[in-house]
Amino acid sequence: MVQTPQDGESEAVVEFRDVSLLASRGRPIVSQLSFTVTRGETLVLLGRSGSGKTTTLKLVNRLLEPTSGEVIVEGRPTSEWDAIRLRRRIGYVIQETGLFPHFTVARNIALVPKLERWPEEQIRERIRGLLALVGLDPGVFASRYPRELSGGQRQRVGVARALAADPPIILMDEPFGALDPLTRAELQREFAELTARLNKTIVFVTHDVREALKLASRIGLFRDGRLAVLDTPAKFARSGDEEAVAFLDSLGGATE
Amino acid sequence: MKPARSYLLPSILVTLLCCWPAGIVAIVYATRARKRWQAGEYGRAAEAAERARIWCWVSVGLGLPVALLGLAAVMSGDPAGQVAGVVRDVIRLGSFFVANRREVTSLALQHLLLVAVATGAAAIVGVPVGVLLTRQRWLSKPVLAVANIFQTVPSLALFGFLIPLLGSHGIGRVPAIIALFLYSLLPIIRNTFTGILGVDPAVREAARGMGMTDWQLLIQVELPLAMSVIIAGLRVATVISVGTATIAAAIGAGGLGMYIFRGLRMYDNILILAGAVPAALMALAADFTLGLIEKVIAPETSRRKRLWVLVLMAAGVLILGAALFVISLGRPDDQRPSQDVAGSEVSPGARVVVGSKDFTEQFILGEIVAQTIETKTGISVERQFNLGGDLCHRAMLAGNVDAYVEYSGTAFTAILKHQPLSDARAVFDQVRSDYGERFNLEVLEPLGFSSTFAILIRGDVARRLNLKTISDAARYAPEWHAAFGQDFMSRQDGYPGLAKAYDLSFADVPREMDLALTYRALADGQVDFIAGNSTDGLIEKLDLYQLEDDRHYFPPYEAAIVMRKDTLARFPQIAEALKALAGKITDSDMRRMNYAVDAEHRDVKQVAREFLSAIKH
Repeated sequence: MVQTPQDGESEAVVEFRDVSLLASRGRPIVSQLSFTVTRGETLVLLGRSGSGKTTTLKLVNRLLEPTSGEVIVEGRPTSEWDAIRLRRRIGYVIQETGLFPHFTVARNIALVPKLERWPEEQIRERIRGLLALVGLDPGVFASRYPRELSGGQRQRVGVARALAADPPIILMDEPFGALDPLTRAELQREFAELTARLNKTIVFVTHDVREALKLASRIGLFRDGRLAVLDTPAKFARSGDEEAVAFLDSLGGATE
Repeated sequence: MKPARSYLLPSILVTLLCCWPAGIVAIVYATRARKRWQAGEYGRAAEAAERARIWCWVSVGLGLPVALLGLAAVMSGDPAGQVAGVVRDVIRLGSFFVANRREVTSLALQHLLLVAVATGAAAIVGVPVGVLLTRQRWLSKPVLAVANIFQTVPSLALFGFLIPLLGSHGIGRVPAIIALFLYSLLPIIRNTFTGILGVDPAVREAARGMGMTDWQLLIQVELPLAMSVIIAGLRVATVISVGTATIAAAIGAGGLGMYIFRGLRMYDNILILAGAVPAALMALAADFTLGLIEKVIAPETSRRKRLWVLVLMAAGVLILGAALFVISLGRPDDQRPSQDVAGSEVSPGARVVVGSKDFTEQFILGEIVAQTIETKTGISVERQFNLGGDLCHRAMLAGNVDAYVEYSGTAFTAILKHQPLSDARAVFDQVRSDYGERFNLEVLEPLGFSSTFAILIRGDVARRLNLKTISDAARYAPEWHAAFGQDFMSRQDGYPGLAKAYDLSFADVPREMDLALTYRALADGQVDFIAGNSTDGLIEKLDLYQLEDDRHYFPPYEAAIVMRKDTLARFPQIAEALKALAGKITDSDMRRMNYAVDAEHRDVKQVAREFLSAIKH
């Protein structure tokens, strides 16, 4: 039961058209994905490990290319985009943060603006603004190295780096997965506030149903490389899909 | 010098240098472990404790030999004598360095240059190749396999291959640098490859995901993060090169190996140490310096620390530079350099290259030929001495050497591969005509002496058993051990024929080893029977006895100068000048000069000069 919202005002920023990706031996990793992500929404892709969520994310910024079908970003198939240009319009946050250990926090955040040759002064402004935005004191943190930060602080820097060049789209791959429960809750709350304010289109991967319910405007549930459910959190909870029920059941006992 | 002490000195030096610092490091780690334990950082405390334990063992392992050697000195009944001997050796080494400071400096600089050029080139080639392998992964196995093969080829064998390949550059620095370059490639390529592959995949994924091009990823992320691993590879390559470069002296590349080879030939521990100690210090210094550089560029180093290390390194370079400057300002060495090792003064006009094999007699003969050409014709002479095996002959054919002294019997059997003959004149005439036809080489008139193989046993054994001839000794041979130089074991007129002629058999298969070392092994009582050179000064010095060849097995070995014909055509005056040497060097002249160099440690150039002025008058 795949479904696209026919909301008149909504504009498709990312669209998957019958996308499949086969592994080298022909086993499908994702198959026949068709959905759209509309401007300003937070689409959370939920599923077990290996269900194809991260693969779907990488198809958006062309770290992977589909075997069949096409992924359309801002009206053009990714295959027609220059991969580098495409990626610089898309923020990317991953669980391990991928911060460069040999760069200071400031240089990490400045990465894409530097690649895009922004003027120095503007970059400095931007770093200050972003650190403040993610709740880190620029005076304290700008000159630190990633190893001098806690896990939560690192994730904040990771988010700031993804936002640096003001990309319209942001991809997040389990950004809070490695954090302790308290820090995670804190970051989720701040993240919800932030997205409400910034009006970015966000595709967010998680295996934590609690997180999905908290952050999503819509939830896409993956099972074995297929999109099993795609709906708002409220409807998702009532969908009756076997996998969705299994996920919701897990809420009762373990709080992880 | 007593052999027992020859091991004493180096071991004590090394252990004294190492065991105290190791102990101090152990104490530092132990203190740190305690502090961390008290601070409640148990994990890091355990780590420090582990290091302390390791360094404790290192310290004990190094200190124990000193204690044992001290004990041995006391037990020997003459502790004062032993200690005094060691002290005397240290003083001799020190005074050798002072007296030859210019030569030592220039050899060390040559050594450094060989290593720097070779590893520098290997880094320039190896790092890009390593990067390429990370981009074209399928290439990595074959390329690393090839680099691996280079590394396993023994250095002398590699030099042997390079001589014909490189033609006119076959000996000297070029092949040495090429060989060192090939040896350095593997660690550099491998470490670049594994260093880049070792970069956190999350970092690489983030970099690509944010739109870095492959080049940006490489320059801004992968290389900086892999740098410590790459430099570790460079450290390994450099240390290997410093060691291997000592062998480059065998093909006339100069460097500290000159002292080591010369020391081995002359049975002179001080000379060996004079080459080995600076080489070891150079390896340590190179390792340390590259370690510092690694620290400086490591991403986790703070800016302040980086500055400090840079200041420290700059100071080190300044001090070293100043020291070299002062040394070069000093008076010329009290002792002239025993060989012209620089070999780099290129005079625009006439120049010929004189070669020599790798033992004392050949150094002296090479020097006599060179000085005769210099003083009588004014043509400048480059000396390419110390060429092992048949490198002289090969270098002549390749055009790298214009003249050297060869022995008729060696030419007849080892080079021309004829069956041994005992008629001296027939052998010489055959050699002369064959050399002219086959190699386009001219054999000049014999110098006078003939240097044959000398079958040697210890003097005390000869006296006790009253042995005069090889036949006498053959009766005792089944209880003896023998050792021979590599070429004696394999050549036509060597061991196989000798064993047949005298019906010799030994307690075990004769050991094949370096010729100079067979003298030591015999003198030390490790073997009982060797084949040396009849004109060798060491025979007298080490109290060895030459058994008579009563069945006339060995062919005659008349020494004669061999020259390239095209060189003679270019400089006819050289033939004229060298005529003066024909028949002038007698057996006893040669033995006396060998003794002067080997036993009295006199300078080769000086000995040659005195001989030349004596025959003039």
